[in-house]
Amino acid sequence: MLRFALKRVFGAIPTLLVLIALAFFLIKVAPGGPFDTDRRIPPEIEANLQAAYNLDEPLYIQFGLYLGGLLRGDFGPSFQYRDYTVTELIATGFPVSLRLGGFAMLLAFFVGVAVGTIAALKQNSFTDHAAMAVAMTGISIPNFVMAPLLVLLFAVTLKWLPAGGLGDWRNFVLPVIALALPQIAYIARLTRGSMIEVLRADFIRTARAQGLPQRTVIIRHALKPALLPVISYLGPATAAIITGSVVIEQIFGVPGLGRFFIQGALNRDYTLVMGVVVFYGVLIIVFNLIVDLVYGWLDPRVQYQ
Amino acid sequence: MRARVTNRLRLVFVAGAATLLGACSAPDPGRTIPVGGASGTELAAEQILNKNNGAEPQTLDPHRAEGVPASNILRDLFEGLVSEAPDGSLIPGAAETWQINDDGTVYTFTLRADGRWSNGDPVTAADFAYGIQRSVDPATLSQYSSILFPIVNAEQIVKGELSPEQLGVTALDDRTLEIRLIGPTPYFLGLLTHSTTYAVHRPSVEKFGNRFARAGQLVGNGAYRLDEWVVQSHIRLLRSEKYWDDENTVIDEVNYFPIENQDAMLKRYRADELDFTQDLPFKQIAWIRENIADQLYISPYLGSYYYSLNLTLPPFAGAPKLRRALALAIDRDVLTEKITGSGEIPAYSWTPRVTGYTQQPPDWAGWTQERRNTEARRLFKESGHSEANPLTIQILYNTSENHKRIAIAIASMWKQVLGVETKLLNQEWKVFLETRKQKTMPGVARNGWIGDYNDAYSFTQLFASDNEQNDSGFANDEYDALLDRAAVEPDMQQRAELMEAAERLMLEEQPIIPIYFYVSKHLIKPWVGGFKPNIMDHHYTKNFHILKH
Repeated sequence: MLRFALKRVFGAIPTLLVLIALAFFLIKVAPGGPFDTDRRIPPEIEANLQAAYNLDEPLYIQFGLYLGGLLRGDFGPSFQYRDYTVTELIATGFPVSLRLGGFAMLLAFFVGVAVGTIAALKQNSFTDHAAMAVAMTGISIPNFVMAPLLVLLFAVTLKWLPAGGLGDWRNFVLPVIALALPQIAYIARLTRGSMIEVLRADFIRTARAQGLPQRTVIIRHALKPALLPVISYLGPATAAIITGSVVIEQIFGVPGLGRFFIQGALNRDYTLVMGVVVFYGVLIIVFNLIVDLVYGWLDPRVQYQ
Repeated sequence: MRARVTNRLRLVFVAGAATLLGACSAPDPGRTIPVGGASGTELAAEQILNKNNGAEPQTLDPHRAEGVPASNILRDLFEGLVSEAPDGSLIPGAAETWQINDDGTVYTFTLRADGRWSNGDPVTAADFAYGIQRSVDPATLSQYSSILFPIVNAEQIVKGELSPEQLGVTALDDRTLEIRLIGPTPYFLGLLTHSTTYAVHRPSVEKFGNRFARAGQLVGNGAYRLDEWVVQSHIRLLRSEKYWDDENTVIDEVNYFPIENQDAMLKRYRADELDFTQDLPFKQIAWIRENIADQLYISPYLGSYYYSLNLTLPPFAGAPKLRRALALAIDRDVLTEKITGSGEIPAYSWTPRVTGYTQQPPDWAGWTQERRNTEARRLFKESGHSEANPLTIQILYNTSENHKRIAIAIASMWKQVLGVETKLLNQEWKVFLETRKQKTMPGVARNGWIGDYNDAYSFTQLFASDNEQNDSGFANDEYDALLDRAAVEPDMQQRAELMEAAERLMLEEQPIIPIYFYVSKHLIKPWVGGFKPNIMDHHYTKNFHILKH
């Protein structure tokens, strides 16, 4: 298993290099630069700025310099937030995004699995139909529609929770819910489908024949195999949460990496965009590896080679 | 115990301010500072002001910062030689008094004796000399230093031809600063409220380099000090006890939030998380007027919204009649009432209402729209276009709901009056800036300009043939000559007349289509006192207070 993990890590290096190169050249292709503003600057001053950030060098040298910096763990200075380095910005933004995404993921997993299991057990009942109808709505409504609705109800009208910003736990409630809702819906549908299938399997019938109570049958025997499709969905779900948080952070004014990414792209903050791309790239690769390892633990039929 | 005493002091102060206001402010139609009424003049125990501030500033280094959001915060953190009263009039700042020599080229400032940096160090003339030199030093990478070109040698230093020490700014002693200018510059005092002219605390800059402006490191001479900066979340300032006028400062804490999405901003305002907002979404203005009209403050702002026509390419190259026809066919009353709808002022000429300058609207500004349309059709025909020879024009604008609505309305007016077909093209902000600058795309580009200082020159200079900002590609020797004469003319009346003649000349050629003059728009909670609208839209937190609510 260790060999498998190491192999995967080394295998990821070319992927990462391609990702860095693509992102680097794509953002340079975008018209406009970090120093373009409504109020134009005299050419001499612009030349000074370009030189200070190595933008006067040929592109391949810039790329070389960037890779060299990365190897030393240096993401470079931000072009937009001129008093900060990209490493500093990621260090302040990531914990916020992690908290937001982590709670959304936990909420999505537990609520999704619970709702899906209940729906499966009461298959074709009113509860089942109601749960699945809500889930379907949850999947269909994009979070940039859901988020403002939540704000309007809970922050503006009822004044129970803040409408946005960073503060205590209360500021996280609405963004976490908005981010988790589509995932709750998706996970609930996945769980329901696989649970129905598992409940019809021979080993469940055997368990029931042994006279085990319903609870034990479900929790001890049915849940683990029923979760397999949910677990393999966790990789894509992470990606979905990360991309979703880009939108949610923007709407709620949460200073996470997603907001930096969007603002960075709009401002042509080359180093900040690159930093976030590389950081998330590594994160997703690592997370997929973890999912594969967990999968093997859950399903003994999976072999690592 | 101390808190109670302070609060009582404040009560006295506000009561005093209220009397003062009642006594001397002219009856402002419907809009005065809400002092008095049921809540009386009693101040809230908690003096915290939460302001929305648009975009996140790039830096709080006054010499490298640019843009309105950064300037808003810097006005609290630093104080220029000259400052502004709530109504925008110039008042002494870090300098107590000043003298100007007869030909208006030498300014001598006397600094106040009690000026202090937020760490307690005295503010000296050498600090200002160092600050302004740093501003023009190419190594500082200031994007705004060209605004200082009226100072002797500034341009040469920015271009790297002279060293920063050769700048025409000298500390004669601890409290006396001399600034020499290349010509009489009537707006120079106003310029000294701009952040490029602020002093910086030399030991901090030498210790921390270009990162001295971060929380925990920034030492300023303003009414507030930087307490915390969480990028993309908030910037928190606390009052500086060392500030010379701290006893008259009421707000203890001010938070600046970088909220660019205007819908999100409005929601947070309605949820009472913001007390003060910048700008408003066009499409919500009707709702605001219906529900919270008493919190809406609209007043003229020093800016022009216009379309620049690309004179370097057909169809506008050498076609003044066509350009005039298009300018005539826009019904600006409909546009400002129905489309923008928040009090924008229809514009037929270029320079907004600035001090000491007569606006230059053309004759047709006084006509009915019907007459303008008739004239537009005549000129359109004379320029060689007709049903047989139709015209298609492209309008380029940066992606935004507001700009789109205006472009659609103008396109339909052109279609209706002249039968012109219009293609709308929107581009993302940086792409748009690049396209507009290159002048390679024929047609019309959306444009806007906010004056840097309250003087017509801030506007007329845009159409000099070598101006970076001249997006139409307008080039007229006579215009340039008039501007050059105005730059050295010591007589204010003569100077204004030269610039007025230049504007008439430019408008005659119609390289641009003026659309409206900007207004500043704020939503302000009823418990916030001390706000006064002014044309620059500059507001200092030290003048605000929070009433008990």
